[in-house]
Amino acid sequence: MTTPASSTADNHAWLRRQARWSPYELAFWLAVLIPFWVFPTYLTLASQIAITALFAVSVDLVLGYAGIVTLGHAMFFGLGAYAAGLLTKAGWGEPLSGLVLSGLLTALVGLLVSFMIVRVQHLALLMITLGLGLLTAELANSLGWLTGGTDGLQGVDVWPVFNHFEFDLWGYTAYAYALAALFVGVAAARRIVHSSFGLSLRGVRENLNRMPAIGSPWRRHLQIVYTISAGMAGIAGAVLTHTTETVSLDSLSFQRSADVVVMLILGGTGRLYGAILGAAIFMIARDQLSDMNPQYWYFWIGLLLMLVVLFMPKGILGGLSGLLRRLGG
Amino acid sequence: MSEIMLATQSVRKSFGSLEVARDVSIELPRGARHALIGPNGAGKTTLINLITGQLAPDGGRILLEGVDITHAPVAARVRRGLTRTFQINTLFPDLTPLESVVMAICEREGKAAQFWRPLTSHGDAIDEAHEILARLRLADEATRTTRHLPYGKQRLLEIALALATKPKVLLLDEPAAGVPKDESAMLFSVIDALPEDMTILFIEHDMSIVFTFASRIIVLVAGGVLLEADPDTVRSDPRVREVYLGSAHGH
Ligand SMILES: Nc1ncnc2c1ncn2[C@@H]1O[C@H](COP(=O)(O)OP(=O)(O)OP(=O)(O)O)[C@@H](O)[C@H]1O
Ligand SMILES: [Mg+2]
Repeated sequence: MTTPASSTADNHAWLRRQARWSPYELAFWLAVLIPFWVFPTYLTLASQIAITALFAVSVDLVLGYAGIVTLGHAMFFGLGAYAAGLLTKAGWGEPLSGLVLSGLLTALVGLLVSFMIVRVQHLALLMITLGLGLLTAELANSLGWLTGGTDGLQGVDVWPVFNHFEFDLWGYTAYAYALAALFVGVAAARRIVHSSFGLSLRGVRENLNRMPAIGSPWRRHLQIVYTISAGMAGIAGAVLTHTTETVSLDSLSFQRSADVVVMLILGGTGRLYGAILGAAIFMIARDQLSDMNPQYWYFWIGLLLMLVVLFMPKGILGGLSGLLRRLGG
Repeated sequence: MSEIMLATQSVRKSFGSLEVARDVSIELPRGARHALIGPNGAGKTTLINLITGQLAPDGGRILLEGVDITHAPVAARVRRGLTRTFQINTLFPDLTPLESVVMAICEREGKAAQFWRPLTSHGDAIDEAHEILARLRLADEATRTTRHLPYGKQRLLEIALALATKPKVLLLDEPAAGVPKDESAMLFSVIDALPEDMTILFIEHDMSIVFTFASRIIVLVAGGVLLEADPDTVRSDPRVREVYLGSAHGH
């Protein structure tokens, strides 16, 4: 970041370096395979983490890169979950096409909502996203004939993946499936953030006032990223449906929208892997702490959140990478 | 009679009871090197905000190459070739100059929304960014984070970002604001070397710079045009001496 570049070839090389897969990333994707052999009893938890991480990455695109603060993204997660569930109930249980269709549907809803989102900022933006989230959850609750209401959607029947891998009781297929979805999601998100589009999103986040002054149609950029993010969140929801063969109102809840923002702050926004780390910390903490004390485990998350915000303003991953840079000179 | 690139016609603006633009009518011919001067609070920045669309006028019209742009959005005016810089740095603190300028070029070329294409595949934009940064003596700082650049370099980046839009008309709001005197002369020599057919209006408080680089001077006082003339006429005008040159000046 500090080597002076005085020729255009240096500049090309510098930009290539920003986008390239780092050894840490490769190590990470190898490490996530460990649960298959070492902790098979935790495979269900591991799939939950992978699904939540995909959801968190989708929120990172809008919140971390484009600076759109949202408190209602569970709306897309839940819509995707219900879409995938209803599709199997309608007689089509093939999972991969189910993912694509659920993603397309939520992306379409995201596109419609985006016209409203890009017109407001700050508190109004929070209120609109919050309102839309609550509205969708209530709607799903009152449409009991369609969604199963508080009982959840029953009788979801998912066919084997590639017509071969059954979703088994131990969760091998589920984890492999969720992990593959996360990997594809991160690879797509990576490509987006390292494009000229990703650069313009950072521009919007860094200085919204300057964007029109360089001729940028920034509202359209925000609509595009919001649409993509909604689609990705919907796919995460659909993965949850496929791996658990049930959908509950909980998938649309405000709690889920708020939790994902907490995960992002914990892990660090605007760096994709921060979203994954935050999701992992949050889900593991919940799993471990709620065993000891189911009522009060949020106490510890609250404490951790405050410590991170105070001492690691760029999140845990941001703090770690800063430390590594300093150690490396 | 050369072609008029930018014209304001009786542009008016008030903030409450404060009139900051009173029937301002100015014209910039192609290739102009006009200076806009006036005491603090005269309404110079406001006039630029009105011309570029950051503020909507209460009345009057703004024409770019004869086309009425009074109601066009800011970004649309930029895409038509009307660009400004800011008196107070309006940069992207966490991006590098290279990234900022490449972004502005991709926006200009309508390629910014191509989310499926790696940034590194925009080779022409990256080369052009280097060329612009080199012209503004920023080549060695191209990959340093903007927030860590010395202030003078940040002022140059203000201009680099504007140039990346390929402006036909460039409005510079105190490009050397806050820059030490020796550096500001360098900065204006860079401005002076811009293509001759680019139409430039700059705001500047330092009269020696104004008289060196401007071919024509517009004097704005309390929101109204007091005088528009060549440097010699302005220098000797008694009204200008009284309201502007004579007054103790804060810059
Ligand atoms: N958005 C605003 N709302 C209310 N008053 C404003 C606003 N912007 C500017 N003003 C006032 O309008 C007057 C003109 O301001 P402007 O910034 O245009 O002056 P200027 O000529 O650029 O001065 P300087 O040389 O200090 O930059 C000032 O009195 C300022 O306080
Ligand atoms: Mg000003």
